[in-house]
Amino acid sequence: MTNSTIAAISTGLSPSGIGIVRVTGDDAFGVIEKIFKTKSGKNVSDGESHKAYYGHIVDGDKIVDEVLVLVMRAPHTYTKEDTVEINCHGGLTVMKKVLELVLRNGARPAEPGEFTKRAFLNGRIDLSRAEAVMDLINSKNDYALSNSISQLEGNLYNEICEIREVIINNTAFIESAIDDPEHYSLDNYGDKLLIDVDNLILRVDKLLTTFDNGRLITEGIKTVIVGKPNVGKSTLLNNILGTDKAIVTDVPGTTRDIIEENVNLDGISLNIIDTAGIRDTSDIVEKIGVEKSRENIESADLVLYVVDSSRPLDSDDESIINLVKDKKCIVLLNKSDLPSVAEINHIKDIFENVLYISAKENIGIDSFKDLIVKMFFEGSLQYNDEICITNARHKALLDECIDSLRLVKASVLDGMPEDFYTVDLMNAYSSLGSIIGESVEDDLVNTIFSRFCMGK
Amino acid sequence: MSPVTETVDVCVVGAGHAGCEAALACARMGLNTVVFTISVDSIALMPCNPNIGGSSKGHLVREIDALGGEMGINIDKTFIQSKMLNKSKGPAVHSLRAQADKADYSRSMRKVLENQDNLTIKQAEVTKLLIEEGVVKGLVIHSGITYYSKAVVLCTGTYLKARCLCGEAITYTGPNGLLAANYLSQSLLDAGIELQRFKTGTPARLDKRSIDFSKMEPQYGDERVVPFSFTTNPDDIQKEQDLCWLTYTNEETHKIIKSNLDRSPIYAGIIEGTGPRYCPSIEDKVVKFSDKNRHQVFIEPEGRHTNEMYVGGMSSSLPEDVQYAMYHSVPGLENAKIVRNAYAIEYDCINPGQLYPTLQFKKVKGLFSGGQFNGSSGYEEAAAQGILAGINAALFCKGEEQIVLDRSNSYIGVLVDDLVTKDNKEPYRMMTSRSEYRLLLRQDNADIRLTPIGYKVGLISKERYEDLLMKQEAIEKEISRVCEVNVGASKTVNAFLEKYNSTPLRSGSSLAELIKRPELTYDLLAEIDTNRPNLREDIREQVNINIKYEGYIKRQIKQVEQYKKLENKIIPESIDYSAVPSLRIEAVMKLQQIRPVSIGQASRISGVSPADISVLLVYLEHYSREKV
Repeated sequence: MTNSTIAAISTGLSPSGIGIVRVTGDDAFGVIEKIFKTKSGKNVSDGESHKAYYGHIVDGDKIVDEVLVLVMRAPHTYTKEDTVEINCHGGLTVMKKVLELVLRNGARPAEPGEFTKRAFLNGRIDLSRAEAVMDLINSKNDYALSNSISQLEGNLYNEICEIREVIINNTAFIESAIDDPEHYSLDNYGDKLLIDVDNLILRVDKLLTTFDNGRLITEGIKTVIVGKPNVGKSTLLNNILGTDKAIVTDVPGTTRDIIEENVNLDGISLNIIDTAGIRDTSDIVEKIGVEKSRENIESADLVLYVVDSSRPLDSDDESIINLVKDKKCIVLLNKSDLPSVAEINHIKDIFENVLYISAKENIGIDSFKDLIVKMFFEGSLQYNDEICITNARHKALLDECIDSLRLVKASVLDGMPEDFYTVDLMNAYSSLGSIIGESVEDDLVNTIFSRFCMGK
Repeated sequence: MSPVTETVDVCVVGAGHAGCEAALACARMGLNTVVFTISVDSIALMPCNPNIGGSSKGHLVREIDALGGEMGINIDKTFIQSKMLNKSKGPAVHSLRAQADKADYSRSMRKVLENQDNLTIKQAEVTKLLIEEGVVKGLVIHSGITYYSKAVVLCTGTYLKARCLCGEAITYTGPNGLLAANYLSQSLLDAGIELQRFKTGTPARLDKRSIDFSKMEPQYGDERVVPFSFTTNPDDIQKEQDLCWLTYTNEETHKIIKSNLDRSPIYAGIIEGTGPRYCPSIEDKVVKFSDKNRHQVFIEPEGRHTNEMYVGGMSSSLPEDVQYAMYHSVPGLENAKIVRNAYAIEYDCINPGQLYPTLQFKKVKGLFSGGQFNGSSGYEEAAAQGILAGINAALFCKGEEQIVLDRSNSYIGVLVDDLVTKDNKEPYRMMTSRSEYRLLLRQDNADIRLTPIGYKVGLISKERYEDLLMKQEAIEKEISRVCEVNVGASKTVNAFLEKYNSTPLRSGSSLAELIKRPELTYDLLAEIDTNRPNLREDIREQVNINIKYEGYIKRQIKQVEQYKKLENKIIPESIDYSAVPSLRIEAVMKLQQIRPVSIGQASRISGVSPADISVLLVYLEHYSREKV
């Protein structure tokens, strides 16, 4: 059985910055040899199995990281396939860079749960765990999917949709002309297409640069601050950040846009999102903000639920409790400097982690930070490695898309007939579709019929 | 008197394009077969356009022929004009289209059926299926006679509960005023088979003498006609061809249609059936593409022994008085007389998701179906399913393993897979863009792809099969020869290259490298290829295509290998999807409904995600290990 070689970051971010990039599949050794140099210059795949080798990951002549590489020959590995584990030391950014190198040298990003799936299919995991494996695949996939979309900022999402539309319209025209040649002519269409394709290559290339600059996503534990309007969410954020980034007023509903900040708590990276206060509202702008908050809660690793302890709980609190009760959550009873009125016992019944703080007076903030660090080290709070791998997947897909577009260009320049263009155009279309979670299905046929009047 | 009964091997219901191929396949495979038709005079009737073939449909005809079917041979005998479409484009989209002499086509096919051993034609309406415990046992015809059989193939076309509409005038008839079949639907429903209602339409036929052709552009056939059938000698079918004509609708036409839309049964909501988007009525074209100020109209002869002319592009269900006004507004048709008016037809068909890719019903063993009854449209699509359903009905009777054509070996495979896997909301028509491996599924290599299968099931003679093997060997030998033969940068070679505006050589090159240049072909290189063997045209063509497009072809072959991996992962019939942990509810529902035969088919069902497929793979592994 031949298996493509896959790679992923297999440990989450840890405070020490050590992480493992795992590569498995038929060509795992081939991949590592292209990017790993030992001091002695020996090829690791010639050496003993299940042994660690010290050396450097290199990108051409450039040293990327000092690493330990564990080489494991099939079948005595987790997946029963040749496996290599690269222990990186240089923190998250370097780890991402190593993963990218691995992907550029013959591996593809692992699908959610794919390592475990292979382990099972290759007979490594026994029958009793089949259900757990299936659960894992689907939960990882759900996470990847919601992440995949939420990681894309609105304008990036729109750009991908627009590029796809240009591709499908060109394809549909060519196909219409093939289907109904007496009606639609392809004379000189190659020249027109070339202009479009050149432009598309530039646009996708620009998207790729965006990825390289790391602007697309911020790595870290996705932490979402929620609560009713004016309970002090922004004050809390400012307190953690030590700046006045969020606008603080006493007018409820001030934070209508989502504010996102990255902070480092004792080496743990938190990606904190302050949301609009959740309440039943008729203000349209505010409504959109509330909707966004809900989406953010869905994909959060950690929710900070801020309650104004000086006011009684109301129906808005109840709906927030319903939204967050199944998430990893810390409830912060804010305004502890004022008399406590809220029904604290009700909250304690539902949530495990409840703390009194006063964001304004800086009371209880330290024990709050301690709690987060404790949760992280105990493992109840996890950094999800799906974010990194999703990002790598997106990049690989954009690369695929560019490759396909270049093949279209080559076909036009080589004077190939028009029907050859559409094969690669549709590949490009499908690569981009995978980024935004859309499959191809009958898009082409539907576009043909909606845009071109077909048939006698 | 005791009731009359007959016992045969296979009953084929309907003698249209699907029924003819199904009946011939069964009889030729040695089974005692009877084919039922509402009227013997309507065997292989072409009730709509007078064409066989066209883009991608030409591929289907070639494939039917490669399997040992009749359609290709029959159109080669009866065409009056023929054209290879898309000749300026790549070989994968070259497609033959012929104008048929409709009456000749029908008569010629009837003759084939009448003279086929093991085959009986019976004029009768089939009213009821006999099914016992999920197995078909035969059928009953209107007169009450029972036919017992091991298999039944349903090819009822557009006849089930058919209703024709022309404005306010509605008749409960099949196409061309033939009787509808009004009883069988109930029998199918009783057997638990789901039906749906589709519609289609046809334009008017005009009297040739009333048309002014001077206002139209003539449309010619090819100078040298390429036959559909691999068994037809091209030299035998070169003949004088008839003309077709092109004219256009105009703003006036569109105004007439728009101001009478309220009298269209579709726009008035009288028609409930779903119509095809690729073959829209002129009303639809005018409404949906209102920015276009004209539409093409092709005037095509219905045959050589009639004055009737087909008005391609103007099908309609508007009332006849509006039809007169609308046709008369078209240049050349000002005084046209309508012989037969345009009409829309509605009919019962099945949701083909109820079929296996063998075209056997999942619910009823021995019951097969093909053609428009399966929710497709077009003569060629019908015939393609007909031959497959026929072959499998015959194999079923013989107790042998049935065949599946797949997306990697044929358009028929794409057609059937789309039908049985996807949600089809309209009559399905073949298109080359539906085939993801179309560079491999060309009309020129249909014999290489499918004739071995036709031989295996017994529809292809040993002689024809051996000829194919010889052909393949010659192709392979010649390909390796031109890859090996090098030509130097000699004066002769460079003079030759300059003649064809091709960059001169600086150093030696293989012939194959030169063939890959867009301006050169295998045949052109004969001039500088001194030791070339004398080869048949079809062999030379294969050598040229395989070398010229080698890179693309290799890529598609790789994709096919990937595809086959999933296709070969068979899902056990007994699987209970609701018992598979972690499958999403939508996926469970879709999978329960379609019950795919392989992981590959499952992956093409809309609503089943890649993660669901992963889960399913894990579950199947679990399942198979547990069984051991």
